Amino acid sequence: MSTDLTELSAVRLAAMVRAGEASAEAVARAHFARLERLEPTVKAFLLVTKDLALAQARAVDEKRRKGGTLGALAGVPVAIKDNLQVEGVETTCASKILKGHVAAYDATAVARLKAADAVLVGKTNLDEFAMGSSTENSAFQKTTNPWDPARVPGGSSGGSAAAVAARMVPLALGSDTGGSIRQPAAFCGVVGLKPTYGRVSRYGLVAFASSLDQVGPFSRTVADAALALSVIGGRDPMDATSARREPPPAALPVPKDLKGLRVGLPREYFIAGIDPEVEAATRAAVEVLRGLGATVKDVSLPHTKYAVSTYYILAPSEASANLARFDGVRYGASDRSAKTLEESYELTRGGGFGPEVKRRIMLGTYALSSGYYDAYYAKAQRVRTLMAGDFKEAFSEVDLIACPTTPTPPFRFGEKTEDPVAMYLSDVFTIPSNLAGNASLSIPCGRTAGGLPLGLQLISDVFCEAKLLSAASAFEAARPFPVFKE
Amino acid sequence: MTRYELVAGLEVHCQLATRTKLFCGCGTDGFGAAPNSRICPVCTAQPGSLPVLNGRAVELAFQAALALGLRLNRISVFARKNYFYPDLPKAYQISQYDRPYSQHGGLDISVGGAVKRIGITRIHMEEDAGKLLHEMGALKLDGSLVDLNRAGVPLIEIVSEPDVRSSDEAYAYLSALKEVIQYVGASRCDMEKGEMRCDANVSVRPVGAEKFGTRAEIKNLNSFKNVKDAIDFEFRRQVALVESGGRVTQETRLWDAAKQETRSMRSKEDAHDYRYFPDPDLPPLVADDAFVARVKAELPELPAVKRARFTGQLGLSAYDADVLTGDRALADFFEKAAAAAPKGAVKTVANLMATELLARLNAENKTAADAPFAPEHLGRLAELVAAGTLSSKGAKDVFARVWETGTDPRTLVAELGLAQVSDDGQVRDWVRQALSANAKAAADLKGGKEAAIGSLVGAVMKLSQGKANPALVRTMIKEAVQS
Repeated sequence: MSTDLTELSAVRLAAMVRAGEASAEAVARAHFARLERLEPTVKAFLLVTKDLALAQARAVDEKRRKGGTLGALAGVPVAIKDNLQVEGVETTCASKILKGHVAAYDATAVARLKAADAVLVGKTNLDEFAMGSSTENSAFQKTTNPWDPARVPGGSSGGSAAAVAARMVPLALGSDTGGSIRQPAAFCGVVGLKPTYGRVSRYGLVAFASSLDQVGPFSRTVADAALALSVIGGRDPMDATSARREPPPAALPVPKDLKGLRVGLPREYFIAGIDPEVEAATRAAVEVLRGLGATVKDVSLPHTKYAVSTYYILAPSEASANLARFDGVRYGASDRSAKTLEESYELTRGGGFGPEVKRRIMLGTYALSSGYYDAYYAKAQRVRTLMAGDFKEAFSEVDLIACPTTPTPPFRFGEKTEDPVAMYLSDVFTIPSNLAGNASLSIPCGRTAGGLPLGLQLISDVFCEAKLLSAASAFEAARPFPVFKE
Repeated sequence: MTRYELVAGLEVHCQLATRTKLFCGCGTDGFGAAPNSRICPVCTAQPGSLPVLNGRAVELAFQAALALGLRLNRISVFARKNYFYPDLPKAYQISQYDRPYSQHGGLDISVGGAVKRIGITRIHMEEDAGKLLHEMGALKLDGSLVDLNRAGVPLIEIVSEPDVRSSDEAYAYLSALKEVIQYVGASRCDMEKGEMRCDANVSVRPVGAEKFGTRAEIKNLNSFKNVKDAIDFEFRRQVALVESGGRVTQETRLWDAAKQETRSMRSKEDAHDYRYFPDPDLPPLVADDAFVARVKAELPELPAVKRARFTGQLGLSAYDADVLTGDRALADFFEKAAAAAPKGAVKTVANLMATELLARLNAENKTAADAPFAPEHLGRLAELVAAGTLSSKGAKDVFARVWETGTDPRTLVAELGLAQVSDDGQVRDWVRQALSANAKAAADLKGGKEAAIGSLVGAVMKLSQGKANPALVRTMIKEAVQS
C-alpha cells in the first residue's frame, strides 16, 4: 500500500503533483474517498462540488502533460467556507435567506487559489453569517468535532476546521472576525491563521463586520499556512482596505531555535475562570518556547477587559448595515406573499435570518441609532484605538505575544446556546487581535486528559506574519501534534 | 399688517462627468439604455462585493469645490446612510456626512442689477440610487421593476446657506451654479437626464425678524422654473397659514408641476433615522497638497474672470462679454477665432459670433463645440469685414457658405468673386448708369431731398449684384449730383 495521500501536507502534495509523483486527480480522489466516509459523522460541508473538483484536477494534470508550469498549490484539495463567493456555486452563509443563491463571481482569495492550480472541494459549514463560536448557528446542519462527535468544532469556521482536522482536505479557507479561524482551529487541533487586517482581500467574502473580517487558512502544518498566505495575500485593487504590501514568501525557513525572540505573556489573559487544563497547556507551551531560546516576560494589555463589550458594539453595528442588502429584491429568499413593500421586508428578513443574526442586527441598529451613537459606537471606536495602543506598546517590548486561544477546551453541543454571553466569552482571547488588526494564529499545543485538542495563540504586530509563522514552525518542530486518526 | 420675507436654502445634486460609476467600473451612460445594462456585482450589491473610489470623480468634485470657493478638507470620510428601498441595492447609500470634502464657500449672483452672495455650506460626494419602473411603455405593471443603471453614479450635493430671499434669487443662484459647474467640466448638468436636481428648504418670517421660521423641504423640482414656481407657491402657502393663525410644520413636500402646488409627502415624525456611520470599506479620503495642486492646475478660467478679461483686455461690451461667456464651448470658440483675427477686428469677431454663429447654433440646437467649421475661419471672416473686403451683407453670405462647406472664407471670397468692389472707375460707371436710369430721384436729391439717395444706392447695388462698396457708392452719388 502506497502512502495515504490524505496524511500529507499541502506543500508535499503540490510538490508531488508538480513532479508527477501523483496526479492531481488521484490526490482529489483519495481525499473524496475519505470525505465520503467521514462526512456522515462530521458534517463539515454544506456543498461538495466533486464534479467540478475532478474537472479542475484533470485540468491540472492536462496542463502538466502539456508542459505548462503548475502553480504553488498544484492539485491541492481546498475547502472554502461558505461565506466566500465561488462563481457558479451556491453560497449560503449557512442562512436560509441565501439558500439557492449562486455566486456571480469569485472572491479574490478564491480566484487566487484557482490561479495557483488548487482544486476546490466544496463549501464548508459555518455559524450563520459567521456569527457564532460553535457552528451551531448554521441554519442547515451541526458540524461535529472530529476528536469527539459530542462536541462542537468551534466557530464560526467550524466546517473548515473540522474538514482539515479530519483529513478530508489538507487546506481550507475561513474567515475571522472575532476568532472564527483561531477558535475552531484550537478546538479541532489544527493550525489557523488570522492575517493582519488588509493582508488578504475581503472582496467576495460576505461581510459580517467589515473593519474586523479577515480571510485566512486552516492547515495541519505551519508551512502549509505560510504557503496558503503567500497565494491568497497581497494587494487587491477590488478591496480599498487591502494593503499595498507583498505577502511573506511561500517557504519560510524553520529556525533551529528561537534565540533572540522576545515573547510576552499578557497578565490580563491569565485570569480566574480560565480552564486549568488550558492554562497548564499554555504554560507548558511557553516553556517550550523558552527551551528554544526565547526570552519570556510579562506584558500588559490593560484594556483587555473591554474587548468583548467593544466588539459587541462595533461588530453588530457594521453587521446591521452589511446584512441590510438581504431584502429579497435581487437574490436569495424572497417572500412573495407580502402585500406591501414593508411587509415584504418583514416576511423575507423575519423568515430568512436565524435568532443570533437577528439579535446582532438589533444590537447594531440600536447602537447606531440617533441619540445613542456617541454613547455606544463612537465610544467603542475610542476604546478600540486604546486597545490597538496597548498592542503597540507591548510590541515595543516583545516580538510576539503568547496566550491561550480559548478559555476552555471544546464544549458540548447545546452547552452555551441558551446563554449568548457565555458563548460570546468563548472569544475573549481572540477578539483583541481583530480589534487591533494585527496578525495571530492558533497552533495545537496539547490535549486535555480526555484527549481534546488545545490551542496556543501567538500574536504579532501588524504585517509581521513572517516572524509569527517562523516562530510557530519552530514550536511545531519541537512539539509535533498527533494527526487525527479515527 | 405684518409683511413677510422668504428664507430659502437650496440643495443641488449634480452628476459628476465621469466615464464610470463612483465605486465600480460600470459606465455612467445608462440613461435611456436598456434597463440593467450598466451593472456589476458591486453596484448591484452582490454579497461580498466592495466599493473602490473612482479617482476621476474625486478630481471633478474637488474642481467644483475650488470653482465655488470652498475650503477643501484634507481628510474626508465616506459614511453609510442606512435605509431600505428597492432602488438602493446595499440598503445604504455611501455618502459623506459629518466630514465632507469641502465646506464654506459661496457664489455671487446678480438680481435686478444688484450683486449678492449666496453662501455654500458644503459640498459632499455620494452615489446615486437606481430607479423603479412602474410601467413599461403603455403597459402598467402588476408590481414594480428595478433598473440599477443609475445606481452608483457619482454625484456631488451642493448645500447652500439659507441666504435666498426670493424665487428670482433662487433662479439666479441655480443659473450661476450651473454655469460654473459646467464651465469647470465637473458636470454636464443636463436636467432632462437628471444630471442636475434640486430640493428647496423654504420658510417665512416677518420682515425684520432674526429667527428663522419652520421650514418645509420641497422635492421633485426638475427645472429652474419649477424651483421658482414652487418657492413662490410655498411662500404664499406659508404666509397664508401663519396669517390665519396656523403654524408651519417641518415636513417634506412634493411639488406637483401640473397642479402648480406643493403637497405633504412625509412629516418629521416619519423621517428616517439614517444611522450614519463611517463606511469601514473605504479608508478616509486624504487630499494632500500634491493632489490639490494638480486639481488646481487643471481648473479652467472661471466665467466671471473670463468676462472681466473680455471687457478689460479685449475691449468688448459687457453685453457681448456676457453672451460670449454663456457657455464654455462658445467662449473657447471665440478665443480661438479672436486669436486668428487682427487686433482691430476682435469686436467684429464678437459681432459675428453674437449674430451669425449663435443664430445658426440656436436654430440647429447645437453648441459651439458642434460648429461644423474651425473657429479660425470666423476670425478670418472678421478680418475680411474689417478690411472692407466684405460688406456686412457679403459677410452674411460668406458665413452661410463657411458653415455649409467648412471652407476658409478667404478661399470662398476669391473663388466666388464675392469681394466688395471699391474700384473707383467701376463704381463711378455704375453710378452714372443708375443716375440716368432714375432721373427723377437724381433730380429730387439735387433739389435737397436727402431721402432720395436710398433708391439710387439700391439701384447701384442691384447693378453691381451687391458687390459695390456701399459707402463708396454713397459718396460718389453725392459727388455726381453736386457736380
